[in-house]
Amino acid sequence: MGAEIGRRGFLVVAGLLGLSACGSDTGRGGSGDGTLRHWYHAYGEDGVQDAVRRYAAAYPGAKVEVQWNPGDYDSKVVTALQNSAVPDVFEAQVKVDWVRQKQVVPLDDLLGDTRDDFVRSLLDSQTVDGRLYGIPQAIDTQVLYYRPSLLSKAGVTPPRTVDELIDAAKRVNAGGVRGFFAGNDGGVNVLTAPLLWSAGLDFLSADGKAPGFDDPRAATVFGKLRELHQSGALLLGAPTDWSDPGAFVDGLTAMQWTGLWNLPKIRAAHGDDIGVLPFPRLDSRGAESVPVGAYSAMVNARSGNVDAAKAYVKWLWVEKTEYQTEFATAFGAHLPARRSLAAKTGDGPAKDVVGFVTEGGRIANPARWSSRANTALTDAVSRIAREGAEPTGELRAALQTARDEIARLDR
Amino acid sequence: MRRGREALTFWLFVGPFAAGLLLFTYVPIGWSAYLSLFDAHNTVAPTEFVGFDNYVDVLTDRAFLDSLGTFTVFAAFIIPTTVVLSLGLALLVNRIPIAQVFFRSVFFLPFACSYVVAALIWKMSLFSGVDSGVANTVLGWFGVEPQAWVGTVDPPLYWVVLVTVRLWLQLGFYMILFIAALQRIPRHLYEAAWIDGASPGWQTFRYITLPGLRGALVAVLTLNLINAYQAFDEFYNVLGDSRGYAPFARPPLVYLYYNSLGSGGQDLGRGSAGALVLALVIALATLLSGKVSRRRR
Repeated sequence: MGAEIGRRGFLVVAGLLGLSACGSDTGRGGSGDGTLRHWYHAYGEDGVQDAVRRYAAAYPGAKVEVQWNPGDYDSKVVTALQNSAVPDVFEAQVKVDWVRQKQVVPLDDLLGDTRDDFVRSLLDSQTVDGRLYGIPQAIDTQVLYYRPSLLSKAGVTPPRTVDELIDAAKRVNAGGVRGFFAGNDGGVNVLTAPLLWSAGLDFLSADGKAPGFDDPRAATVFGKLRELHQSGALLLGAPTDWSDPGAFVDGLTAMQWTGLWNLPKIRAAHGDDIGVLPFPRLDSRGAESVPVGAYSAMVNARSGNVDAAKAYVKWLWVEKTEYQTEFATAFGAHLPARRSLAAKTGDGPAKDVVGFVTEGGRIANPARWSSRANTALTDAVSRIAREGAEPTGELRAALQTARDEIARLDR
Repeated sequence: MRRGREALTFWLFVGPFAAGLLLFTYVPIGWSAYLSLFDAHNTVAPTEFVGFDNYVDVLTDRAFLDSLGTFTVFAAFIIPTTVVLSLGLALLVNRIPIAQVFFRSVFFLPFACSYVVAALIWKMSLFSGVDSGVANTVLGWFGVEPQAWVGTVDPPLYWVVLVTVRLWLQLGFYMILFIAALQRIPRHLYEAAWIDGASPGWQTFRYITLPGLRGALVAVLTLNLINAYQAFDEFYNVLGDSRGYAPFARPPLVYLYYNSLGSGGQDLGRGSAGALVLALVIALATLLSGKVSRRRR
C-alpha cells in the first residue's frame, strides 16, 4: 500500500505537523507584566540561593524572579542570549562576541562616583572597547595553600619563586603526603595563566591586539611545569579536583593551589596550621600573582525591560552594600568587589589575600581571550608538561591560533 | 473508500514518528549543513557566507585530526575486543545448563547503568590515584607502587580506565544480541554435522555457528563502530572538567563540544562542519567494514 501514498503527500503532512509544532512555541516572549527574571549559576555553598532570593524579594522597584541554574550554566547563557528575552538580568563574564552582536547592554552609567571604589582589574575584565558590560558581584581568587608545620618539618621556607616551589614540593613529598596538588591534570588548566604571569607574560598584550606570550621565556616557564611533573612530587589522580579542598583537607598533599572560597573548610580541618601565598614569580622580571575573576551582573539587550533591569542591577550591586558584603563573605570565602568593603573583611589568611589581590591581581579570563585560543594554549602546555613535547614548537602553533582568533574579533 | 481508510491508518501510525524524524533529525542536519557554510558565531541565523572556510579550518586543525586518528585506533582495538569477548560470553552462557536466565541478567545488568555514573565510579573509586583506591590496593598486595591511573600519560594508563569501563558497560548488550542469534540457528544442523562426523569443537563452530551468526556479527560491528566514533560520556567524565579536556584521548565529539559550544564562545559554523566531517568518516568506515565482511563470504 505504500505506493498509494505519494512522496508529495507524505511531505505535505509532515510539513503541516512541523508547522503546528512551531506554532506552539511558548518559551519566548518578554515578560509583559514587568517581572524581571534573574539567572544565577548554582553556587556550591549553602545559603547562597536563599540569600539571592531574599535580595530579589526585597527589591521595591519590581517583582524579581530568581532562577537557579545547575549544570552547564555558561552554555545555557550563550544559547539564551541568541534569541530570548529571558533572562533580563544574569551573571556571567562578558565575551567580546556578545558585545559585537549587541546581546548585552553597557552599564557604565550605573556606577556613578562608586567607580573608583571597585577593584580596577575586575572592571577592566568586564570592559570591551572602553565600555563596561557587567557589574562585578564579588572577587573570586585562587591562592597557594600550604601547611607550615609540614614545610618546617622538611626544613623549607614558604616558596616565593617557581624554583623554590618545585624544591619545596620535592622535599615535603614523603610518607603518603605528596608535595603539591594543582588538579588531576597536574596544573595544566589552572596554572597556565599564573605561570605566564610569573614570567612577566600574559595571554594577551597590554592593548589586547596581540598574544602576550610570544617570548622565549614562555618556553622556559612551561618547562618548569614539566620539571614539576617529572619530580614525582605532584599529586595526580586524587578523588577530588583542584577546585575542591578535599585533597588538602584529607592530608594527601602539603600544598594545594585552590580557590579562596575553600578557606572555611580548610580552616575547619587544619585550624591555624595553614598559610596562603600568591603564585610565586619565575625571577626578577616576573611577579607574584593571583588570578582575579568573578561573575558580574549583566543585562540582556533583548529584555523587554532594559531600563527596569538596569535599575535593579544598580540597586542590588551598586547601592546595597550590606547585601554585597554578605553575598561575598557569608557563604564560603570570597571578597567584596569594592575596596572599601574588602578592607573591612576577614582576618588572618583572608586579610593576606586582600593584599595579594590589590597588589598582584590579574584578570583570569580576559574578554578578548577566546575559548578556542585558550584550548590551543592549554593543549600546548599539556603536551609540554605531561608528555615532554618540545616547548618552542608547541607554543608556536598556539600563538598562531591566538593570532587568528584576535584577528577574528576585530573583523 | 477502503483505500482512503487504509491511507488514514497508515498516516495515523507512521505520521507522528515521521514528523518527529523530519523535525528533529532531518531539519537539524540540513540546518547544520547550511550553518557550516557561514561564520555562525553565537547565532543560528548567520549572515556572513564563508564558503568552505570552516571545512578547511577543521581539516587543518591538528587537534581535530589527532582526535579522528586516535579514535580510528580506538575503534580498531575496541571493536574486535568487544566482538570476541561478547561472543565468548554468549557461547558460555548459552551452553550453561543451570541458571541461564540468572547469568544472562548478571552480564546484561551493567548495560542499564549510566555511562556517567560508571565513569565516575571508575575514576573516583576503582582507579582513584590515591593509595587507598581499589586498583592501587590490589597492586599493593603484589608490592607494586600506587599509580595515578587517570593522571599518567606515559605510559598511557588512562586507557586502562577508559577501555575497561566501556567493556563492562557494553559487553552484556552485545552478548544478548549474540545469544538471540545463536538460538535461531536450527538444532538439526548440529545433529546433521554430528552424524556426518564433524568434530564438535572448532569445526562445528567454524562451519555452522559462525555462518549462522553473520547477520548478528554485521550488526554488532556496525553499532560498535558508530559507538566508538561517537564516544563522549565516559571520556568527558573521566578526563574532562569544567575547564577543559587534555589533548590526548579526546574524542571528536568532545573536541567539537569544547570548540563549538564551549563556554561563552559558540562557533556553530565550525562545529557543524566538524560534525558533518565526522558523520562522513563514520559513513565511510561503516561502508568499508560492510564491504570487508561481505567479501569474506
